[in-house]
Amino acid sequence: MNVSLKRESLEAMRTFDLATMPLRDLNSALHTIAPGTNDTSFEVVNPRGSHSVAVGIDQPVTVEVHGSVGYYCAGMNDGGTVTVHGSAGPGVAENMMSGTVVIEGDASQYAGATGRGGLLVVKGNAASRCGISMKGIDIVVHGNIGHMSAFMGQSGHLVVLGDAGEALGDSLYEAKLFVRGAVKSLGADCIQKEMKPKHLKLLAGLLEKAGVTDVKPEEFKRYGSARTLYNFNIDNADAY
Amino acid sequence: MCGIVGLFLKDKSLEPQLGAMLSDMLVTMTDRGPDSAGIAIYGAPSAGRAKLTVQSAKPAIDFAGIEALLKPVDASVTVELKSTHAVIEANSAQASAVRELLAQERPDVRVMGSGDSVEIYKEVGLPKDVVSRFGIRAMGGTHGIGHTRMATESAVTTLGAHPFSTGADQCLVHNGSLSNHNNLRRELVREGMTFETQNDSEVAAAYLTAEMAKGKDLGQALTGALDDLDGFFTFVVGTKSGFGVVRDPIACKPAVMAETDQYIAFGSEYRALVNLPGIEDARVWEPEPATVYFWDHEKAA
Repeated sequence: MNVSLKRESLEAMRTFDLATMPLRDLNSALHTIAPGTNDTSFEVVNPRGSHSVAVGIDQPVTVEVHGSVGYYCAGMNDGGTVTVHGSAGPGVAENMMSGTVVIEGDASQYAGATGRGGLLVVKGNAASRCGISMKGIDIVVHGNIGHMSAFMGQSGHLVVLGDAGEALGDSLYEAKLFVRGAVKSLGADCIQKEMKPKHLKLLAGLLEKAGVTDVKPEEFKRYGSARTLYNFNIDNADAY
Repeated sequence: MCGIVGLFLKDKSLEPQLGAMLSDMLVTMTDRGPDSAGIAIYGAPSAGRAKLTVQSAKPAIDFAGIEALLKPVDASVTVELKSTHAVIEANSAQASAVRELLAQERPDVRVMGSGDSVEIYKEVGLPKDVVSRFGIRAMGGTHGIGHTRMATESAVTTLGAHPFSTGADQCLVHNGSLSNHNNLRRELVREGMTFETQNDSEVAAAYLTAEMAKGKDLGQALTGALDDLDGFFTFVVGTKSGFGVVRDPIACKPAVMAETDQYIAFGSEYRALVNLPGIEDARVWEPEPATVYFWDHEKAA
């Protein structure tokens, strides 16, 4: 009996229709995955802008979301692969630890905020504060990003195939930023830096990881911290 | 946090459903603010007639015999009672005389909105209760805006609810908080504006009214707001024929818009828009920070 059940579940994709089922059912199912199970494919239909879709994943599951989601989709993801076939509201993949989140449409503000690891790919545009306070996450945006992106970014990489809005990388620590298009303005202590062979190699790896094949690393400019805000400077005392 | 919605119809066949569509959008936003709710509906104006939406905390007393009271200044006056609100219609020429008499005889009655086409309903309570007590779902119209409030800057009262109307056929809903509203209120009072509340959003509404009174159109007034208002805001504004949206340069307060051949819609979140016809194929976007968007039925082709 157990054998046949196991065979079935190998193929089974569990579908959650959020028009008829509460979100809690989906997230509970995602939080009670037995280690080593093969029953790891999930599909979500009719998300209709719901908040907190597929948050708190801590197993290598695959979640396909058909439609647009609201706040905090795939937040705190640790090892899951979440694809949204639509757009995402504020805070998508915030505080991601590991895994992959792909948004086929646009992402709202603070996508990938405070992320510690994993890969976030936005195939459309991302709004303001993309990658704010990023701490190790890799973010690849095919379109443009809004203002104050990578604010206080500590580590990780932000790759933008389009343009960046105002105050990119304000008060940046050691996150590395690569922008292919125009940057409207750089934030305090963020500067353009030389693209060395090791950076081209790094960027090529990020693009490959994100499935970008039609763009060359040489088309990007690199931005990073000038590191002048790291320590208190007595000459700036008047500014406080 | 507050929830705001707006709908500007391009397709006349949807006009009878405006109230129902807007009500659904607003009810979906309930969990963004449970304190009070309000809705402004722009219906078709009738030539030579003016509308006054009024509110009373004691409608049984204040609205008793109100039509007979007003008849002497305008024999054509009609009054439709709706819960705590009443919609008074009068000849445009006698409208100010009607309003004066009302203020004199029923001093506790508050004016929610006035003009040729707008009707404004707002009360403390949840959106579902507010829209049902005023029968909003049955109302038709060309455009409308709604708000569900989580109070920050002033008390939870009927007068502190949105939309705020400070000029004929003008109204504004606001998500955010302004930091220079006290100073701006003093300046506007000097210019002759009057205020009903200590609310920051009322100041924004009065600012736009004052700017439009100087000859600016809605788009120009909203552009001025970006320089003169300090704080956080996403505004949705209605005029007799127009509908505008603006966000402050930081743009923390959420906003999603959708456009099809049939309508332009605004929601604090995409959730508010999901039941609109043809939303699957709509152009959906977030309004850019510090960018004025406005549409006008009269200027449309």
